[in-house]
Amino acid sequence: MTRLPVPDRTRALARRRHPVARVLGLLGLVLAWEGVTRTGWVPPLFLPSPLGVLAAGAEMLTTGELAVHIATSLRRIVLGFGLGALGGVSVGLAVGVFSLAEAIGNPLIAATFPIPKIALLPLLILWLGIGEASKVAVIMLGVFFPMAINTYTGVRHADPLLIRAAVSFGAGRWSVIRKVMLPSALPMIFAGLKLGAGTSLLLLVAAEMIAANSGIGFLILNAQNLMETTKLMVGIVLLSLLGLASHWLLVRLERAALPWRAEA
Amino acid sequence: MRVLLDDVTKTYADRSGHAVEALAGVSVTAEDEELLAIVGPSGCGKSTLLNMVAGLLAPSGGSIAFEGELPAGRPPTAMVFQEFALFPWRTVQTNVELGLEERGLPAAERREVARRVIELTGLGGFETKYPHQLSGGMRQRVGIARALAVEPAVLLMDEPFSALDAQTRQLMQEELLAIWERTRQTILYVTHNIHEAVWMADRVVVLSRRPGRVLEIVPVKLPRPRTEAMLGEPGFVQAVERIWTLIKSQAREALREGAA
Repeated sequence: MTRLPVPDRTRALARRRHPVARVLGLLGLVLAWEGVTRTGWVPPLFLPSPLGVLAAGAEMLTTGELAVHIATSLRRIVLGFGLGALGGVSVGLAVGVFSLAEAIGNPLIAATFPIPKIALLPLLILWLGIGEASKVAVIMLGVFFPMAINTYTGVRHADPLLIRAAVSFGAGRWSVIRKVMLPSALPMIFAGLKLGAGTSLLLLVAAEMIAANSGIGFLILNAQNLMETTKLMVGIVLLSLLGLASHWLLVRLERAALPWRAEA
Repeated sequence: MRVLLDDVTKTYADRSGHAVEALAGVSVTAEDEELLAIVGPSGCGKSTLLNMVAGLLAPSGGSIAFEGELPAGRPPTAMVFQEFALFPWRTVQTNVELGLEERGLPAAERREVARRVIELTGLGGFETKYPHQLSGGMRQRVGIARALAVEPAVLLMDEPFSALDAQTRQLMQEELLAIWERTRQTILYVTHNIHEAVWMADRVVVLSRRPGRVLEIVPVKLPRPRTEAMLGEPGFVQAVERIWTLIKSQAREALREGAA
């Protein structure tokens, strides 16, 4: 009699983490970049070296030039993102909860949502002036829509069984909104926030390139005009860091706000 | 508290707009401190009946009323749901406090009541867990604790243990009876499990398939407290056989029609 051992058929499907490869990939890119610039094949005007970018960044930091741009951009994005998120969640909740608000709001949102928000900037400048208000407003609009749509979807997908359970224990309309619909929508709201963070960064840079005399977008465009490619790269690296930081912050916030999901 | 169902009917429109008669002239009275089971084939409207007693559905005809003294601050009914219906974002403790919040109890009192009920239902030590961290049996304990916390005059249970495995179900039935020996409210207990109905109830209401009407009310002649040994006694076996005889042909027809 022969014995047939049972093989583990799922072994080919196993996914490993490859911690070394994670670091090597990023490091390799920077090293290759540095290497290419050192050979002199590519003139620094087109591709400055990473070390050069780092040095330029440090210098701009000490002269205070960088701080001005960062502060201006941060103020615009925080204001626009905050106002847009607040407005979007409020409208999304209202449209999700009240049938009248849904009847009025849904077609309005459907009609205005597809407009690329940057196309509204000239109009916003006409209305609000070339100053801060128009830039904040365009970011606000960009964040408002994903937030409103996600909140609405989240509210509408609240489990009817939980609503029934709440009502059976005496919950009124306000209680149902606060205790069932809002918590049900939270995961979708956070997905909207992450989406909105990316959109607001995009709109910030676009608005600052079109009409501004400070901010990271301005820094990049201005550096290109002056052929200061190193400074231009500083701006790009800064944007990447800003995107990473906002995502990290939102993930942290989400874990704190949704403890029942974090452990799932 | 007595529950009086008088000639209750329920008709609703299905997706294509046709009128569907779910219940036709159901008249039953649940006595004070009675554990009344309601059984019937799938789609007999037994859950509909319970939802109407809970005030979650309006009857199309007839009347539903309570009779008896309702102490101040206590609701007439509280419901235990088949799918538990716990709030995933609330811990065991705050899930149990839900009904107390809606009744406007101050936080300290809520905690005290919840602590007592959590102890009673064997949830001690699990206060800070979320529902997804609990087994099915523990989740339904939370569902029961949440209902008991508001001290309802009538406890409504909609197939409370049918989502649990057979062993857990048997244990939970025993525990529920033990709790009920102490709290003694009227219980309306909907189930499709005939053994469960007979073993737990004082009387078993047998409903026909749609439109549901009362086929017979079968009394269970077994003493309390109920023990597992009674599962073999003539009183138990005869009641089960009587109910199965009533339901069998109904269930077979339902199966043939593919009705859910």
